[in-house]
Amino acid sequence: MIAIVTFPGSNGDADALHAVRDDLGAPARLVDYRATDLSGFDAVILPGGFSYGDALRCGAIARFAPVIEPIRAFAARGGPVLGICNGFQILTEAHLLPGALRRNATLRFHCRWVHVRVESATTAWTDTVEAGTVLRLPVAHGDGSFVAGADVLAEIEANGQVVVRYCEPDGTVSAASNPNGSAGAIAGVANRAGNVVGLMPHPERAVDPLLGGEDGRMILRGVLERTHVAS
Amino acid sequence: MGSGTTGDHGSDQMWSVQVTVMPKPGINDPQGEAIRGGLRSLDHAGVVSVRAGKSLRLMVAGESREAVEREAALMCDRLLANPVIETYEIHVEPVGDGEGSG
Repeated sequence: MIAIVTFPGSNGDADALHAVRDDLGAPARLVDYRATDLSGFDAVILPGGFSYGDALRCGAIARFAPVIEPIRAFAARGGPVLGICNGFQILTEAHLLPGALRRNATLRFHCRWVHVRVESATTAWTDTVEAGTVLRLPVAHGDGSFVAGADVLAEIEANGQVVVRYCEPDGTVSAASNPNGSAGAIAGVANRAGNVVGLMPHPERAVDPLLGGEDGRMILRGVLERTHVAS
Repeated sequence: MGSGTTGDHGSDQMWSVQVTVMPKPGINDPQGEAIRGGLRSLDHAGVVSVRAGKSLRLMVAGESREAVEREAALMCDRLLANPVIETYEIHVEPVGDGEGSG
């Protein structure tokens, strides 16, 4: 069973539920941000949105929601956790992922399709994808510029914690293909163990040709197949 | 002093705590850049740099300036600033009739 957490201000929770349950056919349900027990769940998705209206900083308040402590414990046991967009921001604020996400360099909200190159195929969410694969996924964010100290950047690069990078359709990384000025064109990172992943692009909004693409299935598929069998 | 306050901190001095949060040096600040562009377009040609942060004012009951400063630093470390991207400064001033017993 996959948990999809609804925070006050989440707006991608229904999309994630639709993608996981209706499109990929895995058991899933919404979990309230006040939940204190996640036993029985095989994976957790923190969806996109604007939790707590982005007060103070994106994800800064959601990090104190009751559900974060069981997520922390779940992650510590190696459970797969995926933060999408605001979910990614929440995971960095909760120190479950390195770095931080700041205002896009353009100061504009980017709502469009981008290409990302899979850099690490060893995380819980990308281990059925080949490294170097280029995915076409939508982004929808105003604060997606990935920032980290030089030491942290060097560390996550060396450890293979960079999961996806913005790129051209052919996989080339360029300034033009980096929509928000992210350091190293980083669009997604993992924790050291690889079970916690944060992505700015929305795989759950790319699971059907009707939506304009289905590359998001490649991100969601692996962990869902495993947990589907397990549950 | 403190008459009519609620229980816990009834005997404590009130302090105005001004917290200034700024993007760390070296961190890109596109908002500051945009503001600088605006100022230059108003012919303030001498403005070479703008950094945009945020300022928060808290009213805090506490027994001494030092105690309030310590607590405010803890608030910044835990929530008000993100150490990955921000620095903070804290200024504590007594509210009302001077420093009191602090």
